[in-house]
Amino acid sequence: MTALTDDTLPVAPRAMRDEMIVFVVMALLLASVPFSGIYPFFVMQALCFALLACAFNLLIGYGGLLSFGHAMFMGTAGYCSAHALKVWALPPELGILVGIAAAFGLSLITGYISIRRQGIYFSMITLALSQLLYFIYLQAPFTHGEDGIQGIPQGRMFGVLDLSKPTVLYYVVLVGFLAGFLLIYRIINSPFGEVLKSIRENEPRAISLGYRTDQYKFLAFVLSGTLAGFAGALKVFVAQNASLTDVHWSMSGEVVLMTLVGGLGTVFGPVVGAFAIIAMQQYLAGFGQWVTVIQGSIFVICVLTFRRGVVGEFAHYFRRSL
Amino acid sequence: MQALYAQLLVGLINGSFYALLSLGLAVIFGMLNIINFAHGALYMMGAFVAYFLLNLGGISYWWALLLAPIIVGIFGMILERTMLKFLTGLDHLYGLLLTFGIALIVQGVFQNFFGSSGLPYAIPDQLKGGMNLGFMFLPIYRGWVVIFSLVVCLATWFLIEKTRLGAYLRAATENPTLVRAFGINVPRMITLTYGLGVGLAALAGVLSAPINQVRPLMGADLIIVVFAVVVIGGMGSIMGSIITGFALGVIEGLTKYFYPEASNTVVFVLMVLVLLVKPTGLTGRAA
Repeated sequence: MTALTDDTLPVAPRAMRDEMIVFVVMALLLASVPFSGIYPFFVMQALCFALLACAFNLLIGYGGLLSFGHAMFMGTAGYCSAHALKVWALPPELGILVGIAAAFGLSLITGYISIRRQGIYFSMITLALSQLLYFIYLQAPFTHGEDGIQGIPQGRMFGVLDLSKPTVLYYVVLVGFLAGFLLIYRIINSPFGEVLKSIRENEPRAISLGYRTDQYKFLAFVLSGTLAGFAGALKVFVAQNASLTDVHWSMSGEVVLMTLVGGLGTVFGPVVGAFAIIAMQQYLAGFGQWVTVIQGSIFVICVLTFRRGVVGEFAHYFRRSL
Repeated sequence: MQALYAQLLVGLINGSFYALLSLGLAVIFGMLNIINFAHGALYMMGAFVAYFLLNLGGISYWWALLLAPIIVGIFGMILERTMLKFLTGLDHLYGLLLTFGIALIVQGVFQNFFGSSGLPYAIPDQLKGGMNLGFMFLPIYRGWVVIFSLVVCLATWFLIEKTRLGAYLRAATENPTLVRAFGINVPRMITLTYGLGVGLAALAGVLSAPINQVRPLMGADLIIVVFAVVVIGGMGSIMGSIITGFALGVIEGLTKYFYPEASNTVVFVLMVLVLLVKPTGLTGRAA
């Protein structure tokens, strides 16, 4: 079995510096969006998915675990945040916390069940668990079934930031995204992240070195699920609804596609991939069902010809770690 | 009691589809090490080919039962030759991703031409009507589906476990290089195996066409349940997938009778319970 991701490049001492430069450029570009005439809601939506894809990438790119049910964390956090905001009338910051807590709890349970099996079985268990949740949410009274939770009040964050103003909302989402991104970056560059990479490369060897790999994988799963929940909670403020589409397994497939297009196991790949896929859906919406066909073709082309993804190929060509 | 027997019958029919589909998945997984995410789409193609044969060519159900698996099987073999074979030696997750992409393409194309609503397919004349069994009324077609798929499943089991061809196949799963040294064309065998697995999916599609409507997404949601069946059964043995398939269909049917709210989720709940007790699945070997 070969490695899932391309990590054959020696990590140059300048790698961290490169990544920080790219990060600052990315942050500046994103911060200037409100002045550029680009539709901010499109960027906000893409940011939420980018965070979700980064969280997903933490698991597959660094742990070698392909979760095919990651939408369940986003969807669950979305429903719980939406319920907290609308029914319990909590302020936004607490609403987000409720969503994150729900995703944390869910990832504890699903992680406990799924982490015991490897490879393809892991993917299929996460897929089946997310479908289980889908049917529960379809029938549970608080989710309002097919209608979803709609008309969610955006409120004032910390009592001062008026989230109903698009620019304020944009910067709040941006700060949330950047914070999540930096946290993931910190995790993968920590000793914990190094152990994860060694598990991805050769699990039996990691075990023989004395690491209890199941615990590391479980922690990675919980971190990834919780961060995906954070993305879902942010998305509630952007979309102002929580619906079944966010829990359906096809959404999990889209997250996989975003990460694959950008580059599995690269720091910036999921962000690039998320923007590419969301832009495609936005601008090709007129083609109706052909969008599915195009997405499927991208999957096939990526797997057959450029498995490193956009960022991965770029980094490989310039011998940089990105 | 009538309703209970009716739900049991529905469960047995669904079980037939689960068994045929998970059997095909097991055969493909054994040989190619790929979880065939396109399985649901190919099942749907089987139903559509039967529909085309009848409405465009005037070819009856009985011929469709033979021709549709062959046509879709050939399509599958082309897929294997042109795409899947390039994944040998790579992590098997790439196989899952590639076949997921193929499924999206196939379903998207059919949705473009036929929308999302269903097309009707009439029950063949010979199988119309029903029998009064005394305790319940049995529509003949439904009884036929259960018996026919049971026969196909057992035939496939016999082919793989008891014949020389099956022995080659199992040997090639264990050690392809050694089997090749005996002068057996392993790549061709892999292609044919994929064709066989896909043919089983298409056959299930033809069988389901008169019961369920022929829709582009008919396989998309079914396949997730079949994956759960596979996890519960554990991919270990051919017989395991057949028995688990039928058993879960029946359990689902019983749940629909006693506690309908849980009928969509019972398979997944069972999966969780089985995994907590026995992480390798009921008949599975360690992954």
